[in-house]
Amino acid sequence: MNEDEGTEETKDSDPDVGEDDQDPDLASPRLYGVPVTESHGQVVLHTDKNGYNDLVGALVDDGFGVCIDLCGADYLGNETRVLPEEVTPERFEVVVNLLDIHAVRRIRIRAQVDESDPELISITPFYPGAEAMEREAIDMFGLQFQGHPDPTPILLPDDWEGHPLRKDFAIGRIPVQFKAVEGR
Amino acid sequence: MTQLDHLRNGDAVLRMSEAEAEERAAVVDPDDERMIINMGPQHPSTHGVLRVTMELQGEVVLRSKPVIGYLHTGMEKTAEDLTFMQGPTNVTRMDYASPLFTELAFSLAVEALLDVEIPERATWIRMMMCELNRMSSHLLFLATNGMDLGAVGMMIYGWREREEVLRFFEKVTGLRMNHNYIRPGGVAADLPDGWSEDVESILSILPERLEQFDVLMTGQPIWRERTQGIGVITTEEALALGATGPILRSTGYAWDLRRSMPYLAYDDVDFDIVVGTYGDTFDRYAIRLNEIRESMRIVEQCIEKMPDGPYRAEDRKVTPPPRARIDESMEALIHHFKIFTEGFKVPAGEVYTSVESPRGELGCYLVSDGGPKPQRMHIRAPSFVNLQTLPHMIHGGLLADAIAVISSIDPIMGEVDR
Repeated sequence: MNEDEGTEETKDSDPDVGEDDQDPDLASPRLYGVPVTESHGQVVLHTDKNGYNDLVGALVDDGFGVCIDLCGADYLGNETRVLPEEVTPERFEVVVNLLDIHAVRRIRIRAQVDESDPELISITPFYPGAEAMEREAIDMFGLQFQGHPDPTPILLPDDWEGHPLRKDFAIGRIPVQFKAVEGR
Repeated sequence: MTQLDHLRNGDAVLRMSEAEAEERAAVVDPDDERMIINMGPQHPSTHGVLRVTMELQGEVVLRSKPVIGYLHTGMEKTAEDLTFMQGPTNVTRMDYASPLFTELAFSLAVEALLDVEIPERATWIRMMMCELNRMSSHLLFLATNGMDLGAVGMMIYGWREREEVLRFFEKVTGLRMNHNYIRPGGVAADLPDGWSEDVESILSILPERLEQFDVLMTGQPIWRERTQGIGVITTEEALALGATGPILRSTGYAWDLRRSMPYLAYDDVDFDIVVGTYGDTFDRYAIRLNEIRESMRIVEQCIEKMPDGPYRAEDRKVTPPPRARIDESMEALIHHFKIFTEGFKVPAGEVYTSVESPRGELGCYLVSDGGPKPQRMHIRAPSFVNLQTLPHMIHGGLLADAIAVISSIDPIMGEVDR
């Protein structure tokens, strides 16, 4: 991780960091260099798995010091999703809610993650607290986080097969599993 | 980030699989006095089914790791199979000590997607019920915290006071727990006749009882000895680990969503945010005790200012018709039937709403695809995130203190595992 060196001082917070490099030719407004939309009054940044880590790094530098929530979402079969034009819709999304506790503002990142190679770079170097949340996303959606310190199952049993929150994981498909206890 | 590196590397967190631990146990090394033990999942002080793997040297805890998932029932998956109408019955079972908060976060998310205005009375009823719930939740904490540290009498007192609140909940919602009271569009029922007398009687009993708790615990030397300076965490560590609620406030950082990002009508009531100084177990205890007093202040103002009017939105898309209408109108009957069988459709979109639960920020991330059921429902459970602070707080402390620290995090396993 090269991002975490010498960046302990948060820069002066400027909410319109991406404003300068705004290109009038681009279809949608941008913030921090990525397309930005508004959802029910909340700021949402869109990115893909390659730009995800740099974007989080930029947000950390801008004062978003708390990772409030990280979760996956599976859009298999959902045609109603509205995304900015430049963003290629993929099956999975990683949704990160960040909080700037000093300026009292929130921001949300939706990173598109494709099904064939669902691997992102872990954001635990920025936010140690994202560890459990990323482990949950690994369990539930089969996403992978490169550089995660402990990518073991957290909520599911160690020998569980499949990722329950994927849309193609039918309810009741697998009978309830109990771990056998040796010697009993 | 360098000053926070210790949160990420293996200084305090025991990152070792069971197989590795077994392998290490088999190697006999007379100079190595470390051993790995399991605490829980069945242990009275683990608040349900929390298991903590600990590396001990003598009585000192070196590294540890909370092992969770024993209560995982896939409630987020279940939510995708329930309509928005049925949603609160599911989420209310997550944090069973403060069920109304999860219902509230979920309902606020659905209402944001629907863009429905909530009548003022519903907002104030919600706020009053939530503050009463905060009191009952903190009273439960005082009871279990006392018991964990050997003040067994406290167990009975805390439970007794909590029962007063639960009795009122039963009268209003029909159930002592898992109320399904706060629903998208308002609340399930109006407050019953004479509600204000009931609430006032709770408020009149409590101050004296809280003073008794002060005598029993706060000022008592043994209690202070067991809690002061134990399980210390700094503001930076708490923020980096995502900890919110009393854990963050115990470090002296006054962060409370009710004040910082007000929802419901918290703008219109006076209350103080209780903060600690040292970030230790005693501060976390004292914060919760005093938050009961602040909640009582809010409830008093709710009684005073409770507005009249409907207790749920008059939007017939979301709320069923009044019971009396069903007897006289065929359309109302059909409408009632439709809402309870098919549910109502929620416009496509996604939203994140958060409330300040007794444990910290409780959030709900909701994605709708335009149908009557959520496409994705995720609850940001404060206990789940807060539990990550445990290895750092008990690192280098005594095993007996670990009990005090686990208790001071106040984890609700139903919410951790979901």
